[in-house]
Order: sequence, then structure tokens, then C-alpha cells
Amino acid sequence: MTTWPILSVVTFLPLFGALVIYISRGDDEAARSNSRWIALWTTLVTFAVSLILVWRFDATNPDFQFIEKASWLASGITYHMGVDGISLPFVILTTALMPFCIIASWKSVTMRVREYMMAFLLLETLMIGTFSALDLVLFYLFFEGGLIPMFLIIGVWGGPRRVYASFKFFLYTLLGSVLMLLAIMALYWNAGTTDIPTLMHTAVPRSLQTWAWLAFFASFAVKMPMWPVHTWLPDAHVEAPTAGSVILAAILLKMGGYGFLRFSLPMFPLASHDFAWIIFSLSAIAIIYTSLVALMQEDIKKLIAYSSVAHMGFVTMGIFAGTTQGVAGGVFQMISHGIVSGALFLCVGIVYDRMHTREIAAYGGLVNRMPLYALVFMVFTMANVGLPGTSGFVGEFMTLLGTFKVSIPTATFATLGVILSAGYALWLYRKVVFGTLTKPALASIKDLTFREGLMLFPLVFLTILFGIYPKPVLDMSAASVQQLVNNYNTAVTAVKAAALIQ
Amino acid sequence: MSFQSAGYQLLPVLPELVLAAGAMALLMLGAYRGGEGTTRLVTTLAICLLVVTGALELMLPAGKLTTFGGSFIVDDFARFLKILALIGSGATLILSTEFLSDPSRRTFEFSILVLLSTLGMMVLISAGDLIMLYLGLELMSLALYVVAASNRDNAKSTEAGLKYFVLGALSSGMLLYGASLVYGFTGTVSFAGIAAAAKTGNIGLVFGLVFLLAGLCFKVSAVPFHMWTPDVYEGAPTPVTAFFASAPKVAALAVFTRVALTAFPGIVSQWQQIIVFVAIASMVLGSFAAIGQKNIKRLMAYSSIGHMGFALVGLASGTVEGAQGVLVYIAIYVAMTLGTFSVILTMKRNGQPMEQISDFAGLSRTNPLLAFFFAMLLFSLAGIPPLAGFFAKWYVFVAAIKAGLFTLAVVGVLASVVGAFYYLSIIKVMYFDEPEGQLDPMRTELRVVLAITGVFTIFFFVYPGLLVSVAAAAAKSLF
Repeated sequence: MTTWPILSVVTFLPLFGALVIYISRGDDEAARSNSRWIALWTTLVTFAVSLILVWRFDATNPDFQFIEKASWLASGITYHMGVDGISLPFVILTTALMPFCIIASWKSVTMRVREYMMAFLLLETLMIGTFSALDLVLFYLFFEGGLIPMFLIIGVWGGPRRVYASFKFFLYTLLGSVLMLLAIMALYWNAGTTDIPTLMHTAVPRSLQTWAWLAFFASFAVKMPMWPVHTWLPDAHVEAPTAGSVILAAILLKMGGYGFLRFSLPMFPLASHDFAWIIFSLSAIAIIYTSLVALMQEDIKKLIAYSSVAHMGFVTMGIFAGTTQGVAGGVFQMISHGIVSGALFLCVGIVYDRMHTREIAAYGGLVNRMPLYALVFMVFTMANVGLPGTSGFVGEFMTLLGTFKVSIPTATFATLGVILSAGYALWLYRKVVFGTLTKPALASIKDLTFREGLMLFPLVFLTILFGIYPKPVLDMSAASVQQLVNNYNTAVTAVKAAALIQ
Repeated sequence: MSFQSAGYQLLPVLPELVLAAGAMALLMLGAYRGGEGTTRLVTTLAICLLVVTGALELMLPAGKLTTFGGSFIVDDFARFLKILALIGSGATLILSTEFLSDPSRRTFEFSILVLLSTLGMMVLISAGDLIMLYLGLELMSLALYVVAASNRDNAKSTEAGLKYFVLGALSSGMLLYGASLVYGFTGTVSFAGIAAAAKTGNIGLVFGLVFLLAGLCFKVSAVPFHMWTPDVYEGAPTPVTAFFASAPKVAALAVFTRVALTAFPGIVSQWQQIIVFVAIASMVLGSFAAIGQKNIKRLMAYSSIGHMGFALVGLASGTVEGAQGVLVYIAIYVAMTLGTFSVILTMKRNGQPMEQISDFAGLSRTNPLLAFFFAMLLFSLAGIPPLAGFFAKWYVFVAAIKAGLFTLAVVGVLASVVGAFYYLSIIKVMYFDEPEGQLDPMRTELRVVLAITGVFTIFFFVYPGLLVSVAAAAAKSLF
């Protein structure tokens, strides 16, 4: 086995691609086409290299693998990279979805293509880095650094209210994160290091746990986003270009859930246990409330954005249930939602490119002119609803199962949310796809092109594959999830036992 | 020439002696040569003189050197900050090349004044007692008053100079009053002596301390002694503003740190509350007041007020980590500020300088590279990782957290979010708005300064170790 730093290569390959695009100067059509191709090839190669990670990954080992360590900032703050069963699926999700984003922007982005592709590649580096960093400061660097390209993507290539949306996105996220930064500093002084594996095995005093948990919560709840700090998401989604929405829904939101799994649960088990009721309440409210809000939307993207908030409610609920099914379900739900919501935004992008509107009322009867599109859109709608046989079902079912053991009311309310999600998703589908095609503007709309089919059919395949055979994802994360849950339970029971003795 | 005469070691002050003598020589040269090209020659020689001074400073024997009975100290702390101040002054002279080449303003004295001011800074940074402190402070300030008004036919510039002078005199008065109280209650002017005498918080001593700190707050333009800053920044010619924002801040912060940590280590709890208050007020005011600004120089004034607040967060912790944080912060701040001002100086259309934020509209289209560097500098000023500004904030806040100053830290990071808003507004103007016209081509010297500071800001995260460890050594020399 060779010892080349495979994880760093995966992380920084997109950045290298961005540099290549930068060097290839010019602003004519040839230069634009060049930068598209360079971006596409970079993301494809990155994906290919990331598959080597899957190939060499030992799923029976719950600890971090592909470790890389180098001195960096200070003795306790190092350049430390590695993945385990929880982070690897997210790395693969990122590398797998990026080529689709580039393809989705092929025709729709005509202005400042070079900068656009560079921003996306930079964003990819930062996202992969976030999921593979094993040092808190390094993690923060990647986590926050992602704000810069995303801010520009929304603000430069976004819709009419892009300035408002980009500012809201940036400041909301920053506000949550700076508090986390202070908690990171407190942890640094507590343990003398910001090394994540070390911190996972360092006992944190109860009071510090509480404060640090709240600070991390502030950051991840905004990122996730959880009700009531979700309001930036619909704006950002609506204004962002298609590929930006895909990345936002599929990957950036997952950073919040990943953060809960990586930091909150293992480092502050007691606080997580104490505050679980807050998470349960907020998740239940998010699931019911945002589903109801989704029912009232007139903009397709906004509807999907609210449905994302509801689906993330299942994730947080599952994670803080602290049971094997709940946590594994949370991971699975995030991966599934990454594929499905990403695909839904791609679907919206396709009709938007043709009609330049996202008003639900502007559509209707698309099935008559676009049968293939109707089929693809249906698969993703069903997955969004959580129909058995699609990946959406597995995640929702597992998180509900995991939560049922811990909190029956939460699980009950969440199940009600499933019905509501069927309501808005089917309603959307009916309005857009079914019915007679009466609107004159739609009379000449074209079905999927080859390029669009190329980016949607693989996702259809994955959605159904993970729906009937979720084993690859579950197996990959099983050992790490089991270890996480065991550690969590040990810590919680130890405290409970101590309380009983007194 | 013997450096051992009269019981005084002159070696530690050798760089200052060279700088002083060199400045005088250049003054003679300027006065007697006259005619075309004198300004250019004097400026070039002044930059060389600063380089020589810096080299001499680095060649001094290692360790702590003192002279004049302990009133002049050269330690790692002083070396670090003197080099930084020299870099700031040198860069300012480079940035002002164009300003000085204007035929109506061929005044070689500008460079000399910058040199003398720099001399004052160096004395200030090395000050080991209150007398030396005052000497350095006044030498620095008097030169600054004049350069603030150096655009003498411009009403705003003269107003800036006068305002700065009047308020500066007031603050000097307060500082002197504080110094006399401290002397009265401790019987000594040397920092070491004061530290030995001020083991307990005698009320008179605390009074003196407050006045002393008030005077110093004025120099670093910390709230509530910041009022002069926006007017002076806006009124002074832009290269002068760049100067105000960089080197004098280094010196003032240096003496602030030295006085607090070496003269009053026994009564940390007394001055800590003052610094905490000043830091919070500066960060909050710097963030909120900048939001409404339309003029980029006024905005930079509020930005610098805010940044001084952040730097003082490190000092407030009163620990080695805190001092290290201050040093890292000021170093990164100087780099970011010089870069920002090199962009502001570039903003010219048909020879007319533009100072409104709206003038940056569409810069990313008309001049992508300039816009990129400026955007990175602004993100860095906002403290967004992975840029240098983030690490600056990291070190001061990490010290504050260790010292248990949680309120200060929370207010600080929240203020930084508010601050991010106005930096983002400039980026928004550059990237999201439509361009209005071409700029004049960027001058070479501005390109060089921008490239160096920009690259430093962007790639600092790759190898932060050097600056951090030098700053750590410098901070240790105070304790």
C-alpha cells in the first residue's frame, strides 16, 4: 500500500483545478468553454480519486483512517486529516454531486464563467476539507471559508434579490459560527489541543459541556438549519443559481448534521443528553411547521427549501435520540436528502432554464410535452415524500424508529409530518406536471436534453438503489456509528449511576 | 567613537542615532540642493535610511539591552514592534510617491517629518520610563500634526491637522497629569520602579493610571477618545491617512502594552476593567458607526477604531498569551491596512481621486485582480478564515478565553459579525454592482505593496508558525 496523502489530494485537487482555470486567461467563448471542461474534468477526477478512499476503506474499523498529520499552528493545533465511517459518506456525496453541478451550469451560466467555475471548485475543496478535518481549528477554517465562495455565488450569479439573500446567508451563518469559535478556544484551554480524536476521549467538565454545547448548537442549528433560525435558507435557495441551490441543499446543510455527530454527541454527551428535549421539540416543530409553510408556497424552489428544513428535522431528531437506529438513520437521511433534494433543485433548474420562472402557477400539464421529465420528477417527489422503495423512506423510517425508543411524543409528531410532506410534494407535482397543458407559453416546451438526462438518470438510479438496498451506506458508517452510540451511552449511564448512588 | 563613554551604553540607541542624524542630513540636503527631483531623491534616501535603521536594529546583540539608566530598553518586544513600525513608515513613503510627485506639492519635508515621527515611535517603543515615553510620544505626534495638514491649500486637510493638534495636546496634558500623579505616589518614573512600588492599588495611583491610560487611548484612537479619528482620516491626504493607520498605531499599542504589563503588573485587576471597557466600546462603536459611512476613508477610520478594540482584547487578558495576541494582531493589521490603502490610492479616474464607496462599483469587471485582492483584504479585515485576519482574532480571543473574560470575548465576536456587514457591503459594490467606468492604470509601487500584503493575507495560513513564534518570544520578554 502506497502512502501518498490521498485525502489531501482529494481535498486540494479542486483548488488545483481552479488555479488551472485562472491561468487559462481570456474572455471569449473558447475560454469559457475551456473553463467548463477543466472544471468538469477536475470534479470527475476528484470523484475518481475519492472512490479509491471507498476502495481502501476498512468498514470494520470504527476509528479514523487515511490519517495525515503535520505541524501547523502551534503544538496542539496541527494539520490533521482523516475520515471515519461517518465522514466518508459525506466526502463521497460532495465529490459525486460536484460534476452534476458543473453540468447543470453548462448552459445556464453565461456570465463570468471562469470566476463561476473557480468559485465552485474552491467551494468543493472547502467542503471536502470540512468533512475530513480532524482538528477543530482546521475544521473551522474550512467550515467558515466556505462562506466566501458561496456568498459570491449567490450574490454574483443569483436572482433579483441576490444581495439580500447573500448577506442574510453570510451574516446568519457567521453569527452562529463565531460563538462556536469561542467554544473551540475554551476546549483548547481545557485539553491543551484542538485535535478531534484526542478531544473525543477527553472528559469535559459538566459546566463547560453545557456552554460549549450551546455554542456549537448555535453554529450547527443555523447551518442545518433548524427552526427558528432557518429563515435564511428559503431566501438563499430562491436567489442562488441552480447549482448553488444544489450545493446548498445537498452538502452545506449536511455540515450542521455532521457537526452534531462529530462534536456535540461525542464531546459533550452529558449536555447532549440534557438538551435532547430542546432538539426534539425544535425538530418536531420544524417538521410540522415548515411542512405547513411549504403547503402555502407559490415558488417551487421555496417549497423545496422548506421541505429541506422539515427533512433536516428528522435528522436532528434521529441524531439526538442517541440510539443506533437514530444515528445511523440520521446519517442515511442526510445522504439520501443530499441526493434527492439536489436532484429536485436540478429539476427545477431545468424548467427554469426554459421558462425563466419558478412560479408554480406558471406551470401545469408538463407531462404532455415532457414525459421523461415527468417520470424523473416523480421519482424524486416520491423520494421526498418518503415512499417505500426510495431512499427517502429508509432514512425517515430509521430516524423515527430510533426516536420512538426515546421519545414517543416526538416520534408521533414527526410521523404526522410525513403525511404533511406527502401533501405538499404531491400537490406540487400535480400542479406542475399533471392537468391539461393550457398555458400558451408552455406549448413548445422541450423534454430533457441529453445533457440533462445525463445528470438526472444517475441520481434516479441512486435514489432507487439506496431505497431497496441501503446496505452500502449503512455498512460504511455502521462501525463508527456503533462506537459513537456506545461511548455516548456509557457516558450518560455513568452519570445516571453516580446520581443514583448519591 | 566609543559607545562606552560617560557610563552610558550608546549601542542600544545606535539605530535611533543613525535615524536622527540621517533625517537631519536629509533635511540639509533638501534645503541646499533644491530644484527639480529633490523630493524624489530625499524620499528615496529616506526609504533607504529606514531600511538601514531596521538592519541595524536586527544586528544589535540579542537579549535585553538597556541604557540611560534603564529608561531605554531594547528587548525582543521592542525589536519586533520597531521593525513593524519601520515597515509601516517605509511602506507609507512608497505609497506617497505619487502624492509627492505632484508639482504643486513638491515638499521634501514630508519624508523628513515621516522619519522624525518614526524616530519618535522607536523611542516610544523602547521607553523604559515615563519621561522617555513622553519624549517619544511628543516627537511622534508633533510630526504627525504637521503631516496631517500637509495639503495646506485644502480646507479639510488643514482642519484635520488643527483638530488633531488640539485634541492631541489635550490628551498629552492628560497623560502628563497622570504621569505626575503616578510619580507622586510611587516616587519614581521608571516602569520597573513603579512596578515595585505599586504592589497595591493605592487610590491616587489608580487615578494616575486612569489618566495615563486615557492619554494612551487617544493615541490608539480607542473609544471614548476616538473622536478625532474619522475627521482626520477623511481630511488628511490619503497617503497620510495610510500612515496614521499603520505605524503610529503600532507604536502607541506597543507603549500601551508595555506600560500596562511592566509598570502595573501588581494591579492588573484595576486596569483590566478599564481596558475591557475600552475594548468593548471600541469594537462595538467601530462596527456600528462604520455601517452608515459613504466615504471609504471615514469607513477605514471606524474600522481602525474597531481593530484597536480587538487588539486591546489581547491586552485585557494581561497574560503572555494576551501580549502575543496583541503583537500578532498588530502585525497582521498593519499588513491588511497597507494593502487596503494601496487600493484606495489606486482609485482614480482621469487623475481625480475617488473616495466614495459607490465608486468601487463593478471593480471586479474592470479590474478583476485588484478587486480580488481587495475583496480578500476586506474578508480578512472581517476576520473570515482562512485569511490572516482570522488568525489575528484567534490569538487575542484565545487569550481572553484563557483569562476568563467571557463577556468580552462574546461581545467581541458579535461585534465582528456586525463589522463583517460593512466589509461585505464594499465587496457587494465591487462584485454585484454594474461598473461605471475605467480606472486609471495602477502605479507600480502600489502594485508591489498590494501584491506583498495581499499574498501575505491570503497565504498566511500556510505557514503561520514564523510570525507566531517570533511574537511569542517578543511577548515573553515583557514578563
